[in-house]
Amino acid sequence: MQPIRTIESRTVVIPVTNIDTDQIIPARFLTTTTREGLGKQAFADWRYDANGAVKSDFILNKPEIAGATILVAGRNFGCGSSREHAPWALLDFGFRAVISTEIADIFRNNSLKNGLLPIVVDEKTHEWLMNNPGANVKIDLETTTLTLPTGATAKFPIEGFARVCLMNGVDELGFLLQQAPAIERYESARPF
Amino acid sequence: MTAKTLFEKVWEQHQVVPESADTPAVLYIDLHLVHEVTSPQAFSVLRSQNLKVRRPERVLATMDHSTPTDPDEVFGRVPIKVESAAKQVKEFEKNCREFGIELLGLGSEYRGIVHVIGPELGATQPGKTIVCGDSHTATHGAFGALAFGIGTTEVGHVLATQCLLQRRPKTLAIEVTGKLRPGVTAKDLILAIIGEIGVSGGTGHVIEYRGSAIEALSMEERMTVCNMSIEAGARAGMVAPDETTFAYLKGRRFAPQGAEWDKAVARWRELKTDPGAKFDRVVTIDANKLEPMISYGTHPGMVVPITGKVPEVANDPVHAKALNYMGLHGGEPMVGKPIQVVFIGSCTNGRLSDLELAAGVLKGHKVAGGVRMLVVPGSQQVKREAERLGLDKIFTEAGAEWRESGCSMCIGMNGDTAGRGQYAVSTSNRNFEGRQGAGARTLLASPATAAAAAIAGKIADPRAFLPH
Repeated sequence: MQPIRTIESRTVVIPVTNIDTDQIIPARFLTTTTREGLGKQAFADWRYDANGAVKSDFILNKPEIAGATILVAGRNFGCGSSREHAPWALLDFGFRAVISTEIADIFRNNSLKNGLLPIVVDEKTHEWLMNNPGANVKIDLETTTLTLPTGATAKFPIEGFARVCLMNGVDELGFLLQQAPAIERYESARPF
Repeated sequence: MTAKTLFEKVWEQHQVVPESADTPAVLYIDLHLVHEVTSPQAFSVLRSQNLKVRRPERVLATMDHSTPTDPDEVFGRVPIKVESAAKQVKEFEKNCREFGIELLGLGSEYRGIVHVIGPELGATQPGKTIVCGDSHTATHGAFGALAFGIGTTEVGHVLATQCLLQRRPKTLAIEVTGKLRPGVTAKDLILAIIGEIGVSGGTGHVIEYRGSAIEALSMEERMTVCNMSIEAGARAGMVAPDETTFAYLKGRRFAPQGAEWDKAVARWRELKTDPGAKFDRVVTIDANKLEPMISYGTHPGMVVPITGKVPEVANDPVHAKALNYMGLHGGEPMVGKPIQVVFIGSCTNGRLSDLELAAGVLKGHKVAGGVRMLVVPGSQQVKREAERLGLDKIFTEAGAEWRESGCSMCIGMNGDTAGRGQYAVSTSNRNFEGRQGAGARTLLASPATAAAAAIAGKIADPRAFLPH
């Protein structure tokens, strides 16, 4: 993984609450055995109609979002299924961060492990973002701060260890593998 | 000693390294359930880093999500129709073989939905930590296990190290007082709970379901309740193990035997939440007031009593979007709405007691004209037991389809889907847009309500159909 320090981009706003992972990538695309190339299926049923034609009024189909890497969505983003295909699809589509007032637990964990930043902000900051689609915002992982074009800033919470991994571009498996002696001690000391 | 909750006891027994400000806890995993859909990329990581599966005997592997339910496809008499699913099945067989994992594969008499076979084989036990690349892993919490869904990267972590990095979640007690009334099932209870606390009401928490109404439930009913914890945002839901739990487990294939059984039960008795232990939050629900429930919208918190009406909410574009997708209008009654599909099955309601409940309603009736009813047992063991009791005959004579086990129309990956615009009364767990097929409209309900709808050809109150 590439180290991540800051992300600066225009936003793409989907003003819907409780966007579940079945919307982010429908289950019929989960018969893949790789993690690549899922971007074309991201939000498939919102981007295409029953005949596969592009729904041009849906934001992800609009030309002006080209190059934007920050998605802003309503409360409780990523709820439902544990499919890691959801962050894989969003990353492959081109997103690097998702901002909401609340992000579902499993989706958040999966995102952190793949370099998609799950950013939870306060209601006031979120409301501003929802009302200003396309605004240029900056996410600083080092200071855990989101900066709006107005100059206003908001701190966001992010699990400390995951943050260090993201900033250094390392994955957590290496750390877990180093715990082997402790794991062996635990297994042999266990009474059952 | 400080009073502890059930969750705290299980958590503390599994800390290989406790959490600190800098690092999450290293949590040991006792049982890892693995299936064909969320594991291929994890095996690829192991292969690319030349890693082995650390404890293959702690892995229970089966196929359920994308597998066919047509017996000819299941038993290889014809090829699996969905080509990508066939490829996934093949790849899973190869991965299990190469990494030394025993697989309860397509031909196995013990195959089934992971969350159905773990308990029925006795692999699911009180006090265990259990994970699976599937959000309905919470099901196993019904036994007093700490069980939760993980992503594919974490599936790789557990395969390689038998551990996960985890921050300690908060605790939420859901105290269900009173007693469920006749005709009101465990499914209705959990739908009512989600309706009450909301689809993110449990986020960041582990739920403990407790109180007289929970204690009175059978193991299969407790599994139905815990199963849908994730639909309230909670990764795990637990019930304290008791005599009901021990009676269910005794004698099952992987349950401790002989003297080991007695020792295990003694240990399991210590797990229940101590008097005076503190939860971060407590919610109380009165079971006496509950009715059969049904969903009307596009998430499992959008539910009403079966006798209720679609809620009218002004100036809420998200509510309007959900009703538009569902083709429903605020203020219209649920009962009487014509339906086209009925699905009985899934890790929520695909166990023997669920099939018995549906068959009890259906017996002596026919599925209404124009309605397709699909009955998919949760496992091959459930299927055999149901056939021994003659339930399959009740279903097929009524005009329903009787299939091999799997996730089937709950997730629609194997070609078992409801059509665009069709209403499907479903005993599954998610009514998200497109969940049961692109454009399909899911109405979540209990097996009794689903069977009643099949007979009536429209949404109906199951209490009018229940055998007396």
